[in-house]
Amino acid sequence: MGIYSSYDLSVLQDMQAPQYTYTTGMRSLEELLDRDRQREKDGFPRKIRIGRLMKPGKGQKGKVVVVPTTVEEKFIHDPTIRPPGEEGASGGSGEGEEGDVIGEEPVRGGTPAGAGPGEGEGAEHEIESDAYDLGKILTEKFELPNLKDKGKKRSLTRYTYDLTDRHRGFGQVLDKKATLRRILRTNRELGNIPDWEDMDPTRFLISPDDLVYRILSPEKDFESQAVVFFLRDYSGSMGGKATDAVVTQHVLIYSWLLYQYARQVESRFILHDTEAKEVEDFYTYYNSQVAGGTKVASAYRFVNEIIRKENLAADYNIYVFHGTDGDDWDTGGKETLPELKTLLTHVNRMGISIAEHAPSVTHNTEMERYLKQSGFLEEKSGLIRLDVMEESAGEARLIEGIKTLISP
Amino acid sequence: MELIGLHAKKIMEGCKERARDAGLSFSNETLEYIVTNRDLLELSPKGMIPTMYDYWVHDVEVLKEKGRYELYPGNPYETVINTRPPISFYNDNNPDWLNVMIFYHVLAHVDFFQNNAFFKNTWDYDFLGRALSEKRIIAKLRAEKGRWVDYVIEFTRGVDNLVGYHRELAQLNSHKPDRDQRTLDYYFDVFLQSVKKARISEYLKEVERYNRFQKTYGNQGTETFFLQVKKEHPEFEALLERHLKAKPVRRMDLIEYLMEKSDFLNKEENRWMKSVMEVVRNTALFFAPQIRTKIMNEGWASFWHETLYMADDRIKGHEVDFARVNANVTALPRVGLNPYALGMRLFRYIEEMADKGKLAYAFERLSNTRQRDAFDTGLQAGREMIFWVRENFSDFMFINTFLDQDFMTKNDLFVAGRRLNEEKMVWEYYIKSKKATDYRAMLKGSLYHPPAVTVDPEKTKDGSLYLIHRFEGKALVSEYIPNTMLGIEFLWGGPVNLETQEPLFDAPSTHSPLDPAPGAATKEAATSEIKWQRILYTMKDRKLTKKTL
Repeated sequence: MGIYSSYDLSVLQDMQAPQYTYTTGMRSLEELLDRDRQREKDGFPRKIRIGRLMKPGKGQKGKVVVVPTTVEEKFIHDPTIRPPGEEGASGGSGEGEEGDVIGEEPVRGGTPAGAGPGEGEGAEHEIESDAYDLGKILTEKFELPNLKDKGKKRSLTRYTYDLTDRHRGFGQVLDKKATLRRILRTNRELGNIPDWEDMDPTRFLISPDDLVYRILSPEKDFESQAVVFFLRDYSGSMGGKATDAVVTQHVLIYSWLLYQYARQVESRFILHDTEAKEVEDFYTYYNSQVAGGTKVASAYRFVNEIIRKENLAADYNIYVFHGTDGDDWDTGGKETLPELKTLLTHVNRMGISIAEHAPSVTHNTEMERYLKQSGFLEEKSGLIRLDVMEESAGEARLIEGIKTLISP
Repeated sequence: MELIGLHAKKIMEGCKERARDAGLSFSNETLEYIVTNRDLLELSPKGMIPTMYDYWVHDVEVLKEKGRYELYPGNPYETVINTRPPISFYNDNNPDWLNVMIFYHVLAHVDFFQNNAFFKNTWDYDFLGRALSEKRIIAKLRAEKGRWVDYVIEFTRGVDNLVGYHRELAQLNSHKPDRDQRTLDYYFDVFLQSVKKARISEYLKEVERYNRFQKTYGNQGTETFFLQVKKEHPEFEALLERHLKAKPVRRMDLIEYLMEKSDFLNKEENRWMKSVMEVVRNTALFFAPQIRTKIMNEGWASFWHETLYMADDRIKGHEVDFARVNANVTALPRVGLNPYALGMRLFRYIEEMADKGKLAYAFERLSNTRQRDAFDTGLQAGREMIFWVRENFSDFMFINTFLDQDFMTKNDLFVAGRRLNEEKMVWEYYIKSKKATDYRAMLKGSLYHPPAVTVDPEKTKDGSLYLIHRFEGKALVSEYIPNTMLGIEFLWGGPVNLETQEPLFDAPSTHSPLDPAPGAATKEAATSEIKWQRILYTMKDRKLTKKTL
């Protein structure tokens, strides 16, 4: 234990150093590695090392967590160079005479978990299988198409700190405008301003409480760049396999986004039958079911509405993934196509997956038919993609489908 | 992150009143925030300064390698930060009695920040606000210049431990000497020694003569003396004028030198880099006093939280709780160093010594233990003394001045050594020395002390920078040299040389002592002195070469 290893927060308040979790490491990993590759191109040696951190797990197995590490090199003294035979000395206190042995420590074993590079190598990798992992595997295959720089937007998960909160009496920076306003108010209430047209500021009374300052405040960080709409038909006809196929495909896309664009992508979930509604999370999106008819137009209109109301097009890359069985009461797409046309002016990519009920029939679900007739698929092939599959399609087919939907 | 509630704030205000009555002095206003673990995740890489500039290394777990504090002198989990007003951070669920203790601790830190002379460079501005504007500068530059901003940050941080902190401090404290003083300095320091090359006896004679003039002529002494001098040395006046007119050579640290002299940085298209460097340098200067007063600062805060807590009438009934927490904080470890415990005991010791009038020659002359123990002049100057110490001392001075044998004996301190017992295959910890000199040496050896690496202006020529590492018996960490020099080369825009010393090993040992391979360090071999050799590193076109001088 050295002089500089203890700090007030841990010593006095028992607050431990924050643990870098698996996911915090993941968040920046790709970005960091990109940066590292860029370093090499710029002619500087790489700096990131991928350390594997052993976390004690159940039983004998430890869990291996990947942590990017680095070190900032400086000119510093090397404490390890000393005359041979001389060992590092430290302070101590208590009873005993010079030469007394006061404690022993085994030479090997008991090495504490550390973040050293390569540490924990050879151990069995027992990494939690969750959306992140799935996403990580998928990541090698996909990339969001047409991603444009649309400025930086609100992120829900990261904070930055700024001096914007107001605090009366004292603080870091005097907010002159707010202070003046308060002074005016005080003086008005005191009747100190008889004539608003002809004020005499020298006569103002200034109470210390009128001084308004700015103090530290956590702000939501501005960094996300894309919003993804997941649309799903949950009408009666969708029951069973069709739902499975569509939802599984959306799970894959969702996991991948979560991993690859974690915190830079907002997801919105919309269910529709003849009416459309937004649901809060993926879980609800995944599990909801009703028995109603189908009007695809309602969903597209709903999305257009959201985009317009929240002015999303200006700041976000917009992606829409729509899963359906192809049924639509709107024969010929009289309502749907105009909405779709509007939608296509906003989106960077729209992917429609149709899970057909009857595989043998030559592709002729209502939706597929009018989509093909509309000519959008050819005219705007950069913006809209259609994938038609059987409702019993397996995972490999689903991934193929995603590739079709998002390929550049 | 939000402000603490009114209830806790009220407790804080009560603490302020009591702390003030006890003699602490600090600004009226303070801001207290509740922090969560999430906040800490963001704050700790930035030295608890929320508005610090963004830098990608902050997002990466940093290797906890040897000498970590030498690389990152910021305080990763500090409770109080030295801003205007001061900000402190709290756990959400601290009970009231604990908050009282922490508040006292915090207030004593604030008192230390605002009164200790080593913090003088931080007194005139609010770092939080400045950091924010600097963060914006960097963000703006990053939007324009992209990753090159990060390279400049990285390379400047590579040498930010070499900032001329003590020189900045000296400048803040310097009084401009008047003409008489400078004339006097010139005559005795330069003219006699360098120009006349006077022998020591002659020199002493001159000093004597000057003193005689002072005595005889009083106020006119200096004037009369120099009239005499000018008569004897007709050339003196001209030389003096030239000396007085010459601009004093400004000593620059490496960052300043690069900013001023680098052709690369002073090209029109690269000027922006200097703003980035300035930011990094300012930040390093801000943290410099903190790391140099760790033992004192924590000792001072512990001294006061203990003193004030026990006297606080609001916490009756929680003495035992307090004792338990306080013991955790301020107990001396069997092996290891605890700045809280050590600093607090030293302050108590100084107070006691001064109370008894022991900080005096009369006491030092005594060698009889019984007489020393019984010595008491009833001076009662303890409080005054410790306040003076907290105002004027740094860790090094604190230890060097006050940590003596009596203190060692009183607190049963010793230097703990570690050796390998080959039969049992264990590391043995043993009491190596109970001497104050050894303990002081051990302590000084573990204090933060960046190497002195400076530019040699004479050897810097033909566009090639020459750095000299002033050798203090310690080598530089060799694996860090290449990248650090690479960074300097980038900023300098030409070849960079570094003169340093390295140990001459028969077979270089690569084992860290923390993780020694068995048998590596076992031989009680001849404890021969290390042989040192002078080395010249040269970084040119991003390639490092090394030669022995």
